[in-house]
Amino acid sequence: MNRPTVLSFCGLVLLGTALTCSAADTNTFLLRGATIHTMAGKDIVNGSILVRDGKIAGVGQDLSAPSGVRVIEGKGMQVYPGIIDAGTSIGLSEISGVAVTNDVQEVGKFNPELRASIAVNPESEHIPVTRANGITSVLALPDGPLISGQASLIHLDGWTTDQMEVKRSTVMHLRMPAIGGAGGRGEGRFGARGSFDEQKKTFDKDVADLNNFFEEARRYKQAKAAHSPGFKPDLKLEAMQPVIDGEEPVLITAVRERAIRDAITFGDKQKLKIILCQATEAYKVMDEIKSHNIPVVLGPTLALPLEEDDPYDRPATTPGELYKAGIKFAIASFSNEFSRDLPYQAAAAVAFGLPKEEAMKAITVNAAQILGVANTVGTIEEGKSADFMLVDGDPLLEQTQIKQLFIKGNDVNLDNKHNRLYEKYMNRPK
Amino acid sequence: MKERLLLVTAAFGLLPVSIFAAAPILIENATVLTITNGTIARGSVLVRDGKIAAVGENIKAPAGATVINADGKFLMPGIIDCHSHIIAEAINEGTLSVSSMVDVGDVLNPEDIAIYRALAGGVTTANILHGSANSIGGKCVVVKTRWGKSAEELKFQGALPGIKFALGENPKRRGEVSFGAPSPTPPRYPGTRMGVEEVIREAFTQAKEYQASWKTYEAKKAKGEIAIPPARDLKLEPLVEVLEGKRLVHAHCYRQDEILMLLHVADEFGFKIRTLQHVLEGYKVADEIKAHGAGASTFSDWWAYKVEAYDAIPYNAAIMMKRGVLVSLNSDDAELMRHLNTEAAKTMKYGGLTETEALSTITINPAKQLMIEKRVGSIEVGKDADMVIYDQHPLSTFAKVEKVLIDGQVYFDRNKDIEGRPEKEKEKKLLITKAAEEQKKAAPTGGGSRRPTQ
Repeated sequence: MNRPTVLSFCGLVLLGTALTCSAADTNTFLLRGATIHTMAGKDIVNGSILVRDGKIAGVGQDLSAPSGVRVIEGKGMQVYPGIIDAGTSIGLSEISGVAVTNDVQEVGKFNPELRASIAVNPESEHIPVTRANGITSVLALPDGPLISGQASLIHLDGWTTDQMEVKRSTVMHLRMPAIGGAGGRGEGRFGARGSFDEQKKTFDKDVADLNNFFEEARRYKQAKAAHSPGFKPDLKLEAMQPVIDGEEPVLITAVRERAIRDAITFGDKQKLKIILCQATEAYKVMDEIKSHNIPVVLGPTLALPLEEDDPYDRPATTPGELYKAGIKFAIASFSNEFSRDLPYQAAAAVAFGLPKEEAMKAITVNAAQILGVANTVGTIEEGKSADFMLVDGDPLLEQTQIKQLFIKGNDVNLDNKHNRLYEKYMNRPK
Repeated sequence: MKERLLLVTAAFGLLPVSIFAAAPILIENATVLTITNGTIARGSVLVRDGKIAAVGENIKAPAGATVINADGKFLMPGIIDCHSHIIAEAINEGTLSVSSMVDVGDVLNPEDIAIYRALAGGVTTANILHGSANSIGGKCVVVKTRWGKSAEELKFQGALPGIKFALGENPKRRGEVSFGAPSPTPPRYPGTRMGVEEVIREAFTQAKEYQASWKTYEAKKAKGEIAIPPARDLKLEPLVEVLEGKRLVHAHCYRQDEILMLLHVADEFGFKIRTLQHVLEGYKVADEIKAHGAGASTFSDWWAYKVEAYDAIPYNAAIMMKRGVLVSLNSDDAELMRHLNTEAAKTMKYGGLTETEALSTITINPAKQLMIEKRVGSIEVGKDADMVIYDQHPLSTFAKVEKVLIDGQVYFDRNKDIEGRPEKEKEKKLLITKAAEEQKKAAPTGGGSRRPTQ
């Protein structure tokens, strides 16, 4: 909700009862007495957060409520930033098995002009279900064989897609051509098929097409700048401009070692700002990833090893290894229905060597930094969107309950399809 | 291919020591989660001849016993997964609506790496099911994850065999009439939930007749009359076993209407549904499930992957349990199978089950559902020594498995697994080099097929 809406709404309520308005439905308040895990420095014991118009106006130990500002007592509670899932199809897909409910994949191999948030359904049941476990924003990610479109970071709250958008064009999604199966999510749809020779042929063609497409985007840039006669605007090539200028990051899905190396080489050659996505075998390419300073969005930690003879705990040890190598990474669900379990994906990495604090960072501040939205979300710091949760324990543990959740300072309703059906059927007469 | 299998076996071949003259094992100083008799804060468990010989606070190590100091660790019964398809080389005989003549137990692959991975996730027993492509599917088998043993040795001796039923979208998919699009050719009956019910009713009508024909024959024979035995029917035999309570029915189902349908059909023909599998809308008909006496084996929080899973809720296990149904959590998945302990923990978050109730969904409850609770599912004297040592409480997402015992033998040891990795890596490199050399020899000109050798 933007400010005028809130004010007018409050104005109406004020006619009825003044208390109602000051107690709820405003995104200005002071939360006090809680332990605040800002993810941007030390935890603040007995800390307060001042929220004004949906933004964090102050964080510290000695904040007092300006007059007329409502106070939320957080004694005994823990406060963490809202979790960010840096890879989902939330809003773009309702029931994965039913084609008409899916808006994830467009026809064709080059669709850079597509923008995910355009097609997000704000009424999707996944939104309240997911946020009920502390996930406050997600990257709605189009998918396809090569360039599938621009992924959008969206808040999991809002009456309209306009209100939900954090950043419409967050990253461009590119799936690196691969031989021997793409790996990761979408393997079934995008994995190369046929004999080695057939796969190699497809691979070579895709690589050539990809290079040509980027060259075409550069020629388009020159022609446009030179006002060349006969220049015609082209939505696809236009959409590529921020990418070839290195402004908009390219999220490159590259699962196996070969694809990861190809992605790094491609990024170098085209002078792109790249993020490696679902890079399961990143542990084999750590030196190059580190020297290029490339961030990584890892897929689920609770996953089977890629190869039959990989160690049984292979996916779970990777986050800890990347951390030790000094590589910035986030962990994402690449799912809809399991997005709410993202904290447990991060926790599984803790069991296998990742420090606890780093696991929480992998689903908050790191995700924000990698996606280029750290000025808005990811930590509890002044100036950022007031996205945080009040919990009774460590969010990485399943027993922990979310008591209150704020998105843009709005006290979000934790009600969802699941607890509604729970209430209903617990009360079914015997 | 053969070399590859050898490699895999070698890479993970933490082959358990010989069963002969195995020394007793004392696991001491652990937090012992017995499941059925509370938790012992600092307890010990003595294992002798593959069985749990003593459980308590002060157990002295007998002479010659191997002592495992589990100070600060957690000991719980081995996890039982009531729904898995690992080890099975084939899952669906989907060409028929009733495929009760086939048996998953005939196609177990003891070299499936999923066995070792499940073991490393604390699973010691699994119900290996036929798929859900048909209303009445194939026969099923209960196994222990005895990695390194033969297919026969994997089988849980003494466990009743099962049979898979399936309702809803999966069994009717091949018969669906799709408006505007061509139907699968040729369509296979049934294509609706009405048809699914009819297939089951028809099959049991035949089974009853078949059962009666044998009874008549046996009666005549007993009286010394001349009697000709009926022709054996391998499709109906397992269904007669169901009618006689000698084979357990594990029925894949989602929606409340189809669950009720099946319970009614079973009541009508006088047999029991032992477990409703998935049973994602079980919470809507928990009282009816309880009245029939069926167990419910469900997912923790899967939902929305198909229409019939759209009303699935993570509170399902808790609601059913609170209304008196015997509930277990299963995996149906080689990955999920590796962390059923943290799946169980979700029932605490969603529905407020206690720690013991949560853990019972992956131990004693599935044991009861498979009718093997006298053998496994809790840490009690006399039961099989199938146990897991965790470094932290198994309901914590930070916990990992350190050791797994089956029948009193250590089948998984994380330290040994890690220690063995460099050696395995070396061996792998050697095999790859060898394979490359042989490939070169086979194609000296460098031309020809570039496909990897099989």
